[in-house]
Amino acid sequence: MTVKTKYKTKPLDCWQWGKELRLEAYKDLTSGHEQGKILVLGCAATPYGILAGLGDFVFLAGEPYGASVAADPPASIPAMECYEARGYARDMCGYMRNFLGTMFLDKYYFTGGPFPKFDFAWSVRHCPAGHPKWHQIVSEYQGIPMYYVDDETMLSSDGSQEARLEYVAGQYLDSIEWMEKVTKRKFDDEKAIEAMRNYFHNEALWGEINLLNGAIPAPLDIKSMFALMPISMLRRHEKVATQFLETLRDELKDRIANQIAAVPNESYRMCMLTPPPWSFLKVFRYLENFGVVFVGTYVYLINSGEVKFLYDEGKVVPATVPEKRPGWKQMKNREDLCRTVARWRAEHPFQSHLDTRKKEYVIMFNHWKANAYLLLINRGCIPMTTSMYDFQRDLNKQGIPTSMFEGNFADCRDIDETGVLDRLETFLEGQGIHKISD
Amino acid sequence: MITAGIDVGAKTIKVVIVKDNKVVARAINPTGFEPLVTAEKTMDEAAKQAGISRKDINKVYATGAGRKSIPFADHNVTEVTADAKGTNYLLPSVRTIVDIGAEEARGIATDAAGKVVDFAKNDKCAAGAGAFVESMSRALEVTVPQMIEISHKSTKEAPINATCAVFAESEVVSLIHTKIDKADIANAVHDAIASRVCSMVRRIPIEKDVVLIGGVANNSAIVAVMKKHLGVEVGVPENPEFVGALGAALLAAA
Repeated sequence: MTVKTKYKTKPLDCWQWGKELRLEAYKDLTSGHEQGKILVLGCAATPYGILAGLGDFVFLAGEPYGASVAADPPASIPAMECYEARGYARDMCGYMRNFLGTMFLDKYYFTGGPFPKFDFAWSVRHCPAGHPKWHQIVSEYQGIPMYYVDDETMLSSDGSQEARLEYVAGQYLDSIEWMEKVTKRKFDDEKAIEAMRNYFHNEALWGEINLLNGAIPAPLDIKSMFALMPISMLRRHEKVATQFLETLRDELKDRIANQIAAVPNESYRMCMLTPPPWSFLKVFRYLENFGVVFVGTYVYLINSGEVKFLYDEGKVVPATVPEKRPGWKQMKNREDLCRTVARWRAEHPFQSHLDTRKKEYVIMFNHWKANAYLLLINRGCIPMTTSMYDFQRDLNKQGIPTSMFEGNFADCRDIDETGVLDRLETFLEGQGIHKISD
Repeated sequence: MITAGIDVGAKTIKVVIVKDNKVVARAINPTGFEPLVTAEKTMDEAAKQAGISRKDINKVYATGAGRKSIPFADHNVTEVTADAKGTNYLLPSVRTIVDIGAEEARGIATDAAGKVVDFAKNDKCAAGAGAFVESMSRALEVTVPQMIEISHKSTKEAPINATCAVFAESEVVSLIHTKIDKADIANAVHDAIASRVCSMVRRIPIEKDVVLIGGVANNSAIVAVMKKHLGVEVGVPENPEFVGALGAALLAAA
């Protein structure tokens, strides 16, 4: 049956460039040492621009790497089986299991060749799903040093912030000295400051790109967002990422002006709070047959991007970079840099208290002009699943429809694809949304 | 107008034919390994019962787990929508539907028009579905009807705590070895299913009237324990296993 489409559509002009930049970042890890770069492992939220003070580097955030492996079951299953055979538990972080499995197999996913050996691991504490343990295992297995910055004190909203900022900034300063020792390189404050300026700018750009999807029709679908996100996640400190993200932003503005849709039959808009089930990304394409467009997910709005929530007004706007915020100092030396990074982390929506987060979910729902939230009870990330039923209750109370499913976002053996589709179709049917070609 | 609804379930295929808003035929067969053959056969039987040719049927809507595999269906609808429609036709005062089939259980909240307000479904676990009863009846070496009968004679509570059908079976075996009365074990099995299903159904707003449908609704022992767990009267319509197919037939006529 031929279906008349509502909107024009076309692929992104910058798509191929984005794919190349993403792959380049991963492949750089295999040749980094030959080019005199240091290789560093950490969590995606780590302010890794600081590493530029040591010279050229390649930073691998384990989460997007784990997601890439998870999205490819023939690679993911042997990796996880190898991880499990070493006695590690199945209920740990799904990303970590994929990452460690390929390390134990000595098979780097993006080349099929040997797994990269890092110079050290350096990270913020980030995620209690086992990420500190993750880097400890790598550290012991590869015999490399590791350093963790404990910044979770930022989650407290009561009492003086000053002591906390000093505590965290002090750790960053200590870690710079530590890096100099373990690499025997002199740290260049100016280079680090420059890279962190790029980092903040690119993060704000990714946030802005996410916000553009509030347009109807949405110019970008979530599956494409997931494919392009590693540029913001892995290359946030680079000028080339700025060039790409600005190009993408401008292209999206052009699409909006010309009503060019990601999904030509857009008639129902959904958003998420969490990452998707990586081995089952085709669910988004399948649901396009129902006119459903997924316009974004909160987690990557604030994980590889930054926005500013105006709680009293119920609005969200693009973030400004720290140095342009009222009352923030210009960064002139490493002390300023560490202090800025500590404060930026403390005030970042990533650190929002759960009650604040609930407000942010509603603000994003309204901004994205969404019709419903898709919620995931994620067996591969316990912290992300914590409070999900509470969130659902809260969203429902505010009249926001939700559909929920269970499964592991990074273990294809632990997701019932038929069941998920059935659940979603049932939900959509209840919302009066039917397959367009039926 | 003559319409048919076909419910392609995990264990049985059901067909209901509706003519001018009245049920004129029902047929049911085990799904077996050739669901398409069974679907054709069940349609033929229903048409014969209605005294019509299959060509006289204006529209066929499919529902159930295998709804997308029926080539002669004009459209398919999910079980939740079909259940809500069928129940509203039979019992308009119902606002909460509990459907327990062979391998799936679901709770559905509906409005006065039979529109779905909310729903909850079990995940891939048979512990809260009909297949579990059959599995446990084999462990107890009784038929399902016998199990229902003896369950009503239970005088003591026996515990089954496992949330997994496989582990629950080993608990049943342990109870047998500790000489617990078969009637009490049978009751414990029914209680365990009802407990799991009710726990799931509580995720949706439970409003009166409450009805139990699906093949398991024919199990009077489960109906009894469902009432206990939900704390409300639980009604059962006639031919509860046909409600989904009926809903599909009615939706085809709409």
